[in-house]
Amino acid sequence: MTHPSDTGPAPVLALRDVSKSFGAVRALRGVSLELFPGEVHALAGENGAGKSTLIKTLAGVHRPDAGQVLLDGEPVVFHGPGDARDAGIAVIYQEPTLFPDLSIAENIFMGRQPRRALGRIDHRATHAATAALMRRLGVDLDPDRPARGLSIADQQIVEIAKALSFEARVLIMDEPTAALTGSEVARLFGVVRTLREQGAAVLFISHRLEEIFEICGRVTTLRDGAWIACEPVAGMTEDDLVRRMVGRDLDELYPKQDVTPGEIALSVRRLTREGVFTDVSFEVRRGEIVGLAGLVGAGRTEVARAVFGIDRWDAGEVSVDGRALVNGAPSTAMAAGLALVPEDRRAQGLVMDMSIERNIGLTGLRTTVKGGLMDRGAERSRSLDWAVKLQVKYARIADTVNTLSGGNQQKVVLAKWLATSPKVLIVDEPTRGIDVGTKAEVHRLLSELAADGVAVLMISSDLPEILGMADRVLVMHEGRLAAEIPRSDATEETVMAAATGRAAA
Amino acid sequence: MSEPGFLAHRAIRWSALRWDGAVGAVLIVLLLLSFSFVDGFGNSLNLSFLIGNTLPIALIALPMTLLVVSGEIDLSVASTAGLSGAVMGALWNQGMTIETIIPLCLLLGAVCGLINGLLVTRLGLPSLAVTIGTMAAYRGIAQIVLGSDAVTDFPTQYLDFAAGRLGDTFLPQAVLPFVVLLAIAVVVLHATPFGRSLFAIGAGEEAARFAGIRVKRQKLILFTVTGLMASLTGIFWALHYASARYDNATGLELSVIAAVLLGGIDFDGGKGTLGGAIAGVFLLGAAQNVMSLKDVSAQSQIVVTGVLLVVSVLGPRVARQISVARAGRRAAASTPTA
Repeated sequence: MTHPSDTGPAPVLALRDVSKSFGAVRALRGVSLELFPGEVHALAGENGAGKSTLIKTLAGVHRPDAGQVLLDGEPVVFHGPGDARDAGIAVIYQEPTLFPDLSIAENIFMGRQPRRALGRIDHRATHAATAALMRRLGVDLDPDRPARGLSIADQQIVEIAKALSFEARVLIMDEPTAALTGSEVARLFGVVRTLREQGAAVLFISHRLEEIFEICGRVTTLRDGAWIACEPVAGMTEDDLVRRMVGRDLDELYPKQDVTPGEIALSVRRLTREGVFTDVSFEVRRGEIVGLAGLVGAGRTEVARAVFGIDRWDAGEVSVDGRALVNGAPSTAMAAGLALVPEDRRAQGLVMDMSIERNIGLTGLRTTVKGGLMDRGAERSRSLDWAVKLQVKYARIADTVNTLSGGNQQKVVLAKWLATSPKVLIVDEPTRGIDVGTKAEVHRLLSELAADGVAVLMISSDLPEILGMADRVLVMHEGRLAAEIPRSDATEETVMAAATGRAAA
Repeated sequence: MSEPGFLAHRAIRWSALRWDGAVGAVLIVLLLLSFSFVDGFGNSLNLSFLIGNTLPIALIALPMTLLVVSGEIDLSVASTAGLSGAVMGALWNQGMTIETIIPLCLLLGAVCGLINGLLVTRLGLPSLAVTIGTMAAYRGIAQIVLGSDAVTDFPTQYLDFAAGRLGDTFLPQAVLPFVVLLAIAVVVLHATPFGRSLFAIGAGEEAARFAGIRVKRQKLILFTVTGLMASLTGIFWALHYASARYDNATGLELSVIAAVLLGGIDFDGGKGTLGGAIAGVFLLGAAQNVMSLKDVSAQSQIVVTGVLLVVSVLGPRVARQISVARAGRRAAASTPTA
């Protein structure tokens, strides 16, 4: 077995004093990194710290302005992603891109299938090679199954198998767990451990700190493009790591205030959408934060969509402050005081090519109007007001939102909805993919809103977030509400038991 | 090393120059050149021909701009115009008064547009496919209604209005109602919540829906208004040329769409200004007029229109890609010294 040590083997892949700028933005400033065979190495940092640029440099997408990439100790220049792949470097992205109509085996061996006479594809050999890869990963996936319908977790496994088929020695995993459920993460970590034992070097990126502590040996921290530290994970605490990333002590990640719940603000009665969710009843009171937990696909997002009117419901009723909402009509839901911060901020939350000002303005098309025309002054001051209140970091309010980091984009979505002064705020995965500093800000904001009497329904796959923020936890399992757990009884075990259907009703 | 970097930076800014402004500038240059070098361009008869022939394109371009901004398109407009003219001719032959016929034809146009809109919004079909179908269907109905007749004997005061000029200027009288409609369209697209919602729908339909915008309703309104305007254009066409035939305005949709895209309305929706679209319309109209004066055949003019269409879709994209490539090269160029 090889292990990283001071005198041990050369790193399989390393960066030495690498700098990279885009225009005036210095994305990397003299960053070094060493990846040894048989180690899982974490890369930590807030959004905008330079993690993506570093990954793309290793993957041959970017060439460094200064400094070197070293492969087995020798300086190399990657002219493109193909060079890096040939050198045995593979990147597994958060959302894999497979051909949905091809089988798993065909996806893995796309363009280089084993051949028989006359150039015909040897399906049996392809199947066997794929099965061997799956065995090596310790995963049970049928090679002949089409990629369509595979969960994101399974798709990632296919990508990893594909990387192995290229004899990859270095695997870079960019937020692989962001869209996975607890058990899927556990299986992925099993695969990562197998890879480690087989001598691969793994660079692991995650915003979930507890995962870094679970799976990684060492952690390199970046802040504002600069190298901060590289140290063993053992002996560190989460607070240590956060301090390295943020550069200061973070007050508290879950600043939940105690609130006495008021009147019922949102009431959902026996809501059913055929084949999606069934007989869902709950209420959210003013001042309350109610967590909605469950596995991906349990129907949480679908309930939120129906409540807000994006999808129609087949039976049941929804009311805000006692007034029944119209089925399938978001505009009337908004008028009643309902706001929804959707799951997919790039497609659903924001018009990416529109300015910050106009994105926030979109929820005010009925209010910032004078004599039937847009009141541009009012629109601008409303947008500026909320962008400033939420401390969105931007150059100009007229910049398009796709110039912002993920965390700031999420703040724009929140600004857009808070500007409507909602009575009920539904947030779906409010902190997915955003850095720990912004995450704490979002949590503080939700807590303050609740203290001001807003009823908050928070859907999240981040269990610590649910446990840290919610007054009550609703758990969905296969389209039904499986449990309601008060804050005092909510633990990872009770919530997961209900989410996986193991709880007694 | 700072020199090329500086130049590349300038290039990026230049390519960010607004396309619609550039089209306006090209229009002015074309007009100046035509006045100076093209015989017969500057006389008032030709100018009034130019504007009169361009007005049908301009009229339909107004709703088409809004439609393309919202990410949809209507290829059936010329057929709707032809159908309106044909129905007008047929009813006139039946002895109905023109004051009854015109509202009926406008209503018919609105229904044609409504059908397009319902097929797109209720059945979720792509508007390109739907309106290719209705383009053929509406034209076919026009032929059934009027056959190969040409109706020419409309009341003189209507013919005079559609063909007459404003006082002793070169401007056609019909310019006045057009200017009013243009002003309305500009205000609707650029100053009302409705117009704002169209940009949002075109640039991110799902996000627009999640912001409470009634996407389907807005699109239905747009298709209906487009049909109405196409029908108005068909009526104007029949009176202006004093001839109602089933094949009136054939191929007009090509000119309208070419002009609108030339004016910087993004085919993918979400971007553009009415000013740019109208500049595109008159650029195309002036170019066609100059080609006619230079005895370029009608067939060749269609080729030019088609090429312009492709160029106007490609132009803004190529400009964007060049600026991206330059930025990349600039970053690469600064590698050794940094």
